[in-house]
Amino acid sequence: MGQVAQLVQGVLRRNRRSIAKAITVIENNEPEAPKIVAQLFQKTGKAHVIGITGPTGSGKSTLIEKLIRELRKSGKTVGVIAVDPTSPFTGGAFLGDRVRMQEHSTDEGVFIRSMANRNATGGLSRATKDVIRILDASGKDVIIVETVGAGQSEVEIVKVSNTVIVVLAPGLGDDIQAIKAGIMEIGDIFVVNKADRQNANKTWSEVQAMLEMNTEEKSWKPSVLKTKALTGEGIAELLARIEEHREYLKKGAFEVHRKGEAETELVEAIKQKIVESIIADLRHTGEWEKLKQKILTKEADPYSVADEVLKKLVHG
Amino acid sequence: MTAERKIRVLIAKPGLDSHDRGAKIVARALRDAGMEIIYTGLRQTPEQIVETALQEDVNVIGLSILSGAHKVLFPKIMELIKEKGMDDVLVFAGGIIPQEDIRDLKRIGIKEVFGPGTPTGTLVEFVQENAKR
Amino acid sequence: MRVADYLNILLFNREYVNIKIGGSNNMFDERKLREVSKERQRWETTKVPSWIERHPEKKNKYSTVSGVQVKRLYTPEDIEHFDYVKDLGFPGEYPFTRGLHATMYRGRLWTMRQFSGFGTAEQTNERFKYLLSEGETGLSIAFDYPTIMGYDSDHSMATGEVGQCGVAVSSLKDMETLFNGIPLNKVSTSMTINGPAAMLLAMYIAIGDKQGVPREKLDGTTQNDNLKEFFAQKLCLFPPKPSLKLSTDIIEYCTRHLPHWNPVSISGYHIREAGSNAVQELAFTLADGIAYVESTLERGLKVDEFAPRLSFFFASHNDFFEEIAKFRAARRLWAKIMKERFNAEDPRSLWMRMHVQTSGCTLTAQQPVNNVMRVAFQSLAAVLGGTQSLHTNSFDEALALPCEEAVRVALRTQQIIAYESGVTDTIDQLGGSYYVEYLTNKMEERAMRYIDRIDAMGGVSSAIERGFFQKEIADSAYLYQKEIESRQRTLVGVNDYTVEKDWVPMELLRVHPEVEEEQVARLRKMKKERDNRKVKEVLDKLHDETDRDRNLMPIIIKALKTYATLGEITEVLRTVFGEYRELIVV
Repeated sequence: MGQVAQLVQGVLRRNRRSIAKAITVIENNEPEAPKIVAQLFQKTGKAHVIGITGPTGSGKSTLIEKLIRELRKSGKTVGVIAVDPTSPFTGGAFLGDRVRMQEHSTDEGVFIRSMANRNATGGLSRATKDVIRILDASGKDVIIVETVGAGQSEVEIVKVSNTVIVVLAPGLGDDIQAIKAGIMEIGDIFVVNKADRQNANKTWSEVQAMLEMNTEEKSWKPSVLKTKALTGEGIAELLARIEEHREYLKKGAFEVHRKGEAETELVEAIKQKIVESIIADLRHTGEWEKLKQKILTKEADPYSVADEVLKKLVHG
Repeated sequence: MTAERKIRVLIAKPGLDSHDRGAKIVARALRDAGMEIIYTGLRQTPEQIVETALQEDVNVIGLSILSGAHKVLFPKIMELIKEKGMDDVLVFAGGIIPQEDIRDLKRIGIKEVFGPGTPTGTLVEFVQENAKR
Repeated sequence: MRVADYLNILLFNREYVNIKIGGSNNMFDERKLREVSKERQRWETTKVPSWIERHPEKKNKYSTVSGVQVKRLYTPEDIEHFDYVKDLGFPGEYPFTRGLHATMYRGRLWTMRQFSGFGTAEQTNERFKYLLSEGETGLSIAFDYPTIMGYDSDHSMATGEVGQCGVAVSSLKDMETLFNGIPLNKVSTSMTINGPAAMLLAMYIAIGDKQGVPREKLDGTTQNDNLKEFFAQKLCLFPPKPSLKLSTDIIEYCTRHLPHWNPVSISGYHIREAGSNAVQELAFTLADGIAYVESTLERGLKVDEFAPRLSFFFASHNDFFEEIAKFRAARRLWAKIMKERFNAEDPRSLWMRMHVQTSGCTLTAQQPVNNVMRVAFQSLAAVLGGTQSLHTNSFDEALALPCEEAVRVALRTQQIIAYESGVTDTIDQLGGSYYVEYLTNKMEERAMRYIDRIDAMGGVSSAIERGFFQKEIADSAYLYQKEIESRQRTLVGVNDYTVEKDWVPMELLRVHPEVEEEQVARLRKMKKERDNRKVKEVLDKLHDETDRDRNLMPIIIKALKTYATLGEITEVLRTVFGEYRELIVV
């Protein structure tokens, strides 16, 4: 049996080592990656994907740990993908999110994987999406994706999740201001964590007020919940709200959402294929180096060079 | 398609001691050398360490211990690694480990044991040369 | 500002300080100072360059471990505001820069206190008796990791750890063995214990009760500094709030019942060992001290009731003068804080009594005998800095637990300083040194800047939650490591002057695995033989009182006397308080 078939079978049999290896193939963007995704594709689509984002220090990991605990109590299996940034200078990354979830690491019904974003803008959502598919095909009922809410990743998390939870905490005022623009549109549920802290009510009403400013007609009204992840207070309410959102999606919104998603993904996939095949061609003919040289010697700017490439493609 | 492989390293602290200065410095040095470091915090059981290494599909496990419990905990970890068929994972250790114990630890599959005062450069080189990718 | 001052700033980049004219409190006459300045400039422009030409300096830049720039030479200009009466005063008087006591070591030497403990209670009991017979004046107990983490020796997390790094104490039975034949009214005992400090202190009290020693006669220290655990030592049992509550319970209980006990030893040692520099060690320790004072004031005690018993614990690292300056600055700064911030009136409330331990992380596994010299310099710094109590590390500690011979050399090092070197004949021997006074000022100034920042964050607890300390410490540790690797700092035997084969003069101490088996068997037997109905009753009561937020000392003493174990008591507290998970900052 080939490597791909072996991994695919392993994932379907819920073999943890196969799941881990398959994820690595996706993460590394190995040539086998699309084949694995293709063979698992039919077995996906059952899991509910929850995206959790928010600034550093808002208590996302602790909240996730409590969610896992509750989900496990109700018999659900859980996959977690914790995404952290790659250093743009060294290419290395420090992945420490699972510290808070370690007691679930030996639970057969839980699979936790840390991922570095590897400086991929846009590419992250593709890789994440495919890692979700692996976990989905391995039978996880719920898949939680955690990202730090800063810049690009907010938009990315919407692309991969069914339900997006934005976690905030009092005392991180500046951060809330900074990410406010980005987060108000993406959250299906907002959580003010560390609710026992001073100013928790203030943060809560700030978020509430920002949501009210958004007058756009929507059939789902995001709400703001308070939690104390450390003690588990508010977790039951949060899960109930997640369930409500899932029901709402099922009633039709999900289909709309999935259609949109399918379209975006198709566009992305075509784009990627085209770009990759053009570049591969140019490399093959040796043209690639010459074009690069043009830019380096300031003979032409990148856009003109791109135009030139396209013209050749179209007119032969 | 351009594959992008990175060395993934689990830095783990078995045992009850809390001396994580060394572990963190090693984590930072390896990260600065372009690797992805998974850090699991203090007081991990052998089961948690090996299961984490498996889920994270790491190429390397670095174990740090200063409490003297390595004689009991390291063999347990190595046993679990074998049991799960993860023989391709490179394992190294650091901490206060007496010379005569080092021989025993190497015999059970720990590739190298680094004592106090090891330059981080030596470690980075060791990992780059020995990790299977 | 006069032209000369402008020039000074422009040419020599010196901080501008307004020199008062006439009626000044400064020690140095302004005219004389200007003369020194002129002379120094002459020396710097004529003498120095020609000398450097022939004998270049080894480095372009010199700095202390904490990053304070070190100049070629210090003169009165560097302490031009120096005011003897205000800045130094006299030994035993505010602001205590020159020492806590009027005659310092002429009257009474520091307490030579060697931290020890390993294996079973019997083995450590023997080691204690040996140390006392060798002239040690105080006991200091090292507990093993299971005890420190509140696990009994038979808990699954204790596997492989029992008796390894300290003595295993799971119940009052073990403590009885540990102090067998040692009358508690004749020794002072320091216990390095934090999370379960209440339990270990309660055992000590129970033994005192058995020996017939009244509680007000018990003398010693519980480290009981739970705050620093969250960012330095990281042996945390409970979340921050209940941890601070337990620390405060002990302070309150001791204030009322154990007047000679030091309920808390506010510790910079672990902050330093975790990788901070001297300034951070000083600042973070004092910030913790402020937090304990505030938390105890909230219990309704008056500052002068408990402040005299607060004690401190610092590290003595390699940078000789910086360490001396740190100890001096610590005393002065704490006195100021207690007086100005907390309005303490009792002079003893202003005292910073300190214990110092030489720095474990400076010891090298390479050429271990060299560590004897490191320890000697570090302990000399502690003595010149005016410590009340000192632990000297054994030279084999980077390799294993110290063996008896190595412990003896460590103790002898203190005795040589005390009896042979002559440094104890006078007080604050370096007071008035331009360099030491300058560094002392710098230490104080920079520590105060940190304390202001921590205050602005809302105090120690908020700073912990933000990972502030953790980040500061991790950065310093990494920087120090990089300096060694790039050879900006020389570490003899490690990055220079290395040898092929190390020489270790004696056999290392090994703790045998049988220790664990024996201890576990003994514990299980005890659990079977005690009155388990009584144990259950008292543990239920403990649960109740914990729920009701009572001071837990009395009920814990009661519980231990029924031979309820450390693990059982901790378990009850864990169910009420919850368990702590560390915040990872790299």
